[in-house]
Amino acid sequence: MTPTGYFLDHLWLIPLFPLATAALMLFLGRGIPKAGVSVLCVGSVGLSFIYAVGAVFQLLAAEPEHRVFQRVLFEWLTPGPMQMTGGHAIRFAADWGFLLDPLSSVMVLVVTGVGFLIHVYSVGYMAHEGGYYRFFGYMNLFMFAMLTLVLANNMLLMFVGWEGVGLCSYLLIGFYFLKKSASDAGKKAFIVNRIGDAGFVLGILLTAVTLGTIRFTSQGLPDAEGASGILQALKATLDAHALAYGAPVLTGIALLLFVGAMGKSAQIPLYVWLPDAMEGPTPVSALIHAATMVTAGVYMVARMNAVYQLAPHAMLFVAIVGVVTAIFAASMALVQNDIKKVLAYSTISQLGYMFLALGVGAFASGVFHLMTHAFFKALLFLGAGSVIHAMSGEQDLQKMGGLWNKIPITAKTFAVATLAIAGIFPLAGFFSKDEILGHAFEESPALWLVGFVTAGMTAFYMFRLLFLAFFGYSRADEHVEKHIHESPPTMTVPLMILAGLSVIGGWIGWPGSLGGNARFEKFLEPVLSGVEAETAAEKVASHGLAMEYVLMLASLSIAGAGIWLAYQFYRTKRIAPELVAGKWPRLYQLLLHKYYVDELYGAAVVERTKDLGTLLGLFDANVIDGVGVDGTGWLARFSSTLSMWWDKWIIDGLLNFAAKLMQLFSYPVRLLQTGMFSSYAMLILVGLVVLLAYYGHRVQVMLHSVR
Amino acid sequence: MLPIGHYLFLSLALFIIGVIGVVTRRNVIVVLMSIELILNAVNINLVAFSRLYGDVAGQVFALFIIADAAAEAAVGLGIIIAFFRNRETVLADEMDLLKW
Repeated sequence: MTPTGYFLDHLWLIPLFPLATAALMLFLGRGIPKAGVSVLCVGSVGLSFIYAVGAVFQLLAAEPEHRVFQRVLFEWLTPGPMQMTGGHAIRFAADWGFLLDPLSSVMVLVVTGVGFLIHVYSVGYMAHEGGYYRFFGYMNLFMFAMLTLVLANNMLLMFVGWEGVGLCSYLLIGFYFLKKSASDAGKKAFIVNRIGDAGFVLGILLTAVTLGTIRFTSQGLPDAEGASGILQALKATLDAHALAYGAPVLTGIALLLFVGAMGKSAQIPLYVWLPDAMEGPTPVSALIHAATMVTAGVYMVARMNAVYQLAPHAMLFVAIVGVVTAIFAASMALVQNDIKKVLAYSTISQLGYMFLALGVGAFASGVFHLMTHAFFKALLFLGAGSVIHAMSGEQDLQKMGGLWNKIPITAKTFAVATLAIAGIFPLAGFFSKDEILGHAFEESPALWLVGFVTAGMTAFYMFRLLFLAFFGYSRADEHVEKHIHESPPTMTVPLMILAGLSVIGGWIGWPGSLGGNARFEKFLEPVLSGVEAETAAEKVASHGLAMEYVLMLASLSIAGAGIWLAYQFYRTKRIAPELVAGKWPRLYQLLLHKYYVDELYGAAVVERTKDLGTLLGLFDANVIDGVGVDGTGWLARFSSTLSMWWDKWIIDGLLNFAAKLMQLFSYPVRLLQTGMFSSYAMLILVGLVVLLAYYGHRVQVMLHSVR
Repeated sequence: MLPIGHYLFLSLALFIIGVIGVVTRRNVIVVLMSIELILNAVNINLVAFSRLYGDVAGQVFALFIIADAAAEAAVGLGIIIAFFRNRETVLADEMDLLKW
């Protein structure tokens, strides 16, 4: 039985609600009062959430293998028949269509749910800011783009959403555009993302050329046989032995797509924009740069899992990039003093975990971590926003402290999120992170070890943040100290809801070894099993229960160790951080300056680009302007001088010559024209006399002859 | 009845006086007056022959010419007044605007 129902039929409304309010805000927003903006913009996202929940429930009504709903609204691009590398032509088409399957259900619920909470929070956070309607217009536009990305049924439409979220990210990072650092950060994010997007576009083209289709699947379409999807096309080419497991072209597609994911999801080497993106308002950091947009890369790779599973080298590459990014970003987070920067590096690190999961073939675990991460990282950012709100805009951890009792709700929810990200049982982070580490261990103990160390570092820097901000003595300025206050309910209620989700969000993936049944993984299995029979779920079953318990205990203990270390450093002060930093000054400086990567990129890429610009500028000034423009000008002037000379002496000369000739001839005739009528009268008289005399004579002669 | 030669002689004398006046005088008013003389010389001719042949058509023609002369004098004097207002002269040799 294929899933049907009102909400599924109206799936297209989910991205449309935020688009409508975004258009309203951006075109007419200036005239709408703040209360109206809040109701409209938050309401539209809320409505999307309701429709998303409805649609997912109607999808769940079907049996697991039929849980795919696809609806093509209209054919969007139809270039006609395309010659494939195999030799036969295929009808390529990109639809404007929406696809709801278990994978996009998870994403759509996370995006609309967390998005809705963040919108509610923004009402309180942005209350005193200028450009209120502009902020919500961009946020809603982002929701539209993100939902298009998530619900797209083909790669090209996904790319539309992909670019849309990139644009909104740029607009929102640069929201305080009068601040130079903010507008620079926006540009940096946009440009770095372009590099990744180039890879994504190439990946799409290569897919289209190789498989002849960019639709993810034909399942759920009325004409499932005629309209091929990537999944079906892959299966067909494999069956025809046109492509095999590990074929170079598949590896190429996978790597190109991963370049796109690297840009969007801030992986090495394209991660540099994300820390700077913290210039945007905090709800933006929470929504775009933690919970939703940056996970688009993970979603895309998971969506294309069929290709990845056939490209082992690409998988290994993804896993290595992921795990290196994870530990690299975590090491930078250890020493940051800006509360949002710590969270930014933490986000990069957690995204690295997700890619590690994808790389080792545990797609479900990656998506699972994506979801739990969306809960607790959104909560962390919103909590940080609440702290910044309370501290009158202060973001430096060294100037905080002792906030635990002053802003209790924020502090407690923040602590919950910190425990969740550290991976403490039974909070959400524990289940997802543990699953990833378990799968990594099966693939390669080396990958596991790096991820394992990263887990300890995560616990350390998050508790460092917690202790520095909320415990100890206050290090704030006096006037800041006086104004510390708990945030309004519009901000604290979303915090509490997210705290609840951070606790229970992981329970849907309660692993079998702890008496659960891993429902999340089974739910996603139909989408993530690729074209081969072997599935992630079967792999899990392949190793022993004892090993799983050992790994869980190891994760827990290293998280505990990280927390204990942070406690010693920043709570009891038994070990002074300054001493440790002093012991390895070089390492400390290296971490503090983020491995000098920005400087390296500046020297290697930015300055070289500028040099190229200078060179081209010189070329422009000397060759294009000098020879081209000025030369053309000179030539035109020269030729016009020639033409003027010709005109003046030859054309005019001929005319003048003719006129002179006329003048010469007319001179004697002119003398007759005295202008005095008496002389004319005289001439008339003379003429008359002559004529009379002549004709008189003629008449006389005539008469004479007659006679 | 006087023979026709007397009339013709008078007519001829008037005509020649008129022509000489038109050709030699500089003052345009005098020229106009001379033209009147020429016209009247023609009138005398017409009336004389009309009487000689007993045909009234010649006298009718003479009446037409008198009317015509009056009109011509009115228009000519009008032009001269307009010209005088512009140039403050009635001398024909200074009327050289159309020369060249």
